[in-house]
Amino acid sequence: MFHWLEKNPFFFSVGVFLVIAFAGLVEILPNFAEASRPVVGLKPYTVLELAGKEVYKKDACIACHSQLIRPFKSETDRYGQVSLSGEYAYDRPFLWGSKRTGPDLHRVGNYRTTDWHENHMWDPTSVVPQSIMPAYKHMFTNIADIETAYAEAVTVKNVFATPYGDEFQGTRAAWEAHKPKVLADAKLITADMKNKDVKDAVEAGNIPEIVALIAYMNRLK
Amino acid sequence: MQSNAALEYDYSVAKLFTYTTILFGFLGMLLGTLIAAQMAFPELNYMLGEYGTFSRLRPVHTNTVIFGFTLSGVFATFYYVGQRVLKVSMAESKFLMFVGKLHFWLYFVGALVATVSLLLGYSQSKEYAQYEWPIDIVIVLIWVAWGTSLFGLIGIRREKSLYISMWYYIATFLGIAMLYLFNNMSVPTYFATEGLGNFMHSVSMYSGTNDALVQWWYGHNAVAFGFTVPIVAMIYYFLPKESGQAIYSYKLSLLSFWGLMFVYLWAGSHHLLYSTVPDWMQTMGSVFSIILILPSWGSAINMLLTMKGEWNQLTENPLIKFMVLASTFYMLSTLEGPIQAIKSVNAIAHFTDWIPGHVHDGVLGWVVFMIMAALFHMAPRMFKREIYSKSLMEKQFWLQTTAVVLYFTSMWIAGITQGMMWRAVDEYGNLMYSFIDTVAVLHPYYAIRALSGVLYLTGFLMFAYNMIKTMTVSRELTQEPQFKSPMA
Repeated sequence: MFHWLEKNPFFFSVGVFLVIAFAGLVEILPNFAEASRPVVGLKPYTVLELAGKEVYKKDACIACHSQLIRPFKSETDRYGQVSLSGEYAYDRPFLWGSKRTGPDLHRVGNYRTTDWHENHMWDPTSVVPQSIMPAYKHMFTNIADIETAYAEAVTVKNVFATPYGDEFQGTRAAWEAHKPKVLADAKLITADMKNKDVKDAVEAGNIPEIVALIAYMNRLK
Repeated sequence: MQSNAALEYDYSVAKLFTYTTILFGFLGMLLGTLIAAQMAFPELNYMLGEYGTFSRLRPVHTNTVIFGFTLSGVFATFYYVGQRVLKVSMAESKFLMFVGKLHFWLYFVGALVATVSLLLGYSQSKEYAQYEWPIDIVIVLIWVAWGTSLFGLIGIRREKSLYISMWYYIATFLGIAMLYLFNNMSVPTYFATEGLGNFMHSVSMYSGTNDALVQWWYGHNAVAFGFTVPIVAMIYYFLPKESGQAIYSYKLSLLSFWGLMFVYLWAGSHHLLYSTVPDWMQTMGSVFSIILILPSWGSAINMLLTMKGEWNQLTENPLIKFMVLASTFYMLSTLEGPIQAIKSVNAIAHFTDWIPGHVHDGVLGWVVFMIMAALFHMAPRMFKREIYSKSLMEKQFWLQTTAVVLYFTSMWIAGITQGMMWRAVDEYGNLMYSFIDTVAVLHPYYAIRALSGVLYLTGFLMFAYNMIKTMTVSRELTQEPQFKSPMA
């Protein structure tokens, strides 16, 4: 049979494809209906939080930080309650990471504050003297893309039935109507911050990346 | 594999991909060395503003070595090996010649655009699948172009029976196509709304645990079909060609090929042990990872036995040395991986530096060594000149071998140290170390790893220099060497 296959590239390719596709069908598909259910009380990300998640993705925080607390006492002591599948139901993509050069962040909102993050992102060694994390000063001047975050919210609502309110529509008018809400959320964050440029930017209607990122960090609980 | 002197093969596309292998190899390894040094000396994060931090550069490093260096090497060897084992020249078909060149230029321009997009921060944040959707579409086009070349060449072949290397190239094509398409499924937000926000942005089709499953089914097997399968294709061709020895066992090659195809895909979930994916999937991942030793070692042992009775070549020919060491590192790496996939070992190893340590003994010791050996073997045949310097090749071999050993030993120690410190408790059951203690202790190992990067990069520069000299000023050959590559 193998000699025959080696002379018939078409059937050879079909054979290879079947053999490699098999595992995916058996191992991955059965989980799909089960695993996408949210835990009770899980709220979708706000637009500001989504914009913060985008900053997290843009600067690849995932390269050094995980968001997955494994079921060991040493991990629950350090980071809090073990992670549950349903907590990730609205995470597109998942951000578990594969390397902990820095600590896990899945429940960082429980034990770090806006003020701490502001100091830490400006200069990590100011709060953790031995830290090897780079400073992310550019996040204090770069403006977060909240319009794209809003577009993402509308997309997941329409395509994946993520429970956002009726006011989330894909029109420019709906976005303009929602924008003040995002700015109000941002002001709640900047109320606890001290960087004057950041505060001024938000007052002028521009939200620096750091504000969105902190909103996202505070949400991780 | 009898020689066929009457046929003139056309290596123009193989040559183009050879150049990009060298270029992207240099860039990828330079970035790797830089980010390794950043972990030891954080001040190095601030050389390029927001574009120079570890986190921004790390995906650029991984993508440049995977899709830049390795894929270029795969394509370069394919456009060389494919013609020779199928006994057909690309020059015989104007269409295939055109597709081959289109393939290269699409790839080259695509690679540059993709790299810039990562530096700017356009990222799906899925490992080794960071590129946003417009770039994914370009990648699909590149892949279709390669498929057209691959099956086009097969279509007009003279040698009816496909040689082992061709099985592996076909599997590479199919495997990556399937994995890449499914893992990158996403909805562009710009088109799902009235053109709101950034055109490049998209949102993943899968969420949470499902996304994790699909991602690691992809992530693990992108390694399989990018770093294992096509490299095995190379060694099955180049080791017999360089040594003049026939493959030890056809049956063993059959067993390893079909075994690898069937088993590899199951093992992806070993990246998700103790996560929120169901237990049975985790167990399947562990079990199949152990089984995976069989087909992996099958290929490696087949290669080593091919050298049976001819071990003197190891001392006489540095190219044989590269390939034998590559097989050996393949064995080391494919034993280490399954060990890390055992749940109790994974509890310590996961999230630590042992994982990048494992990846790099595989890629530096196996993938890069094999690709460099392949290009060294091809150079005298493509450029009709002898290899510029044997002694430089010998020095390069030992320098890079030392570098790989330094890399994985330092990362083994770093990983196990950190894994043990995370879980250490005092006599009252409280955690003994704060997180930062477990970072500070790693400094010497990070410094050793950065040094190993410098050594390896230096070795790669010696390779590049040797290749460029071979292409341009080395002594010309009057006829094609049959087995051992001539070198000065």
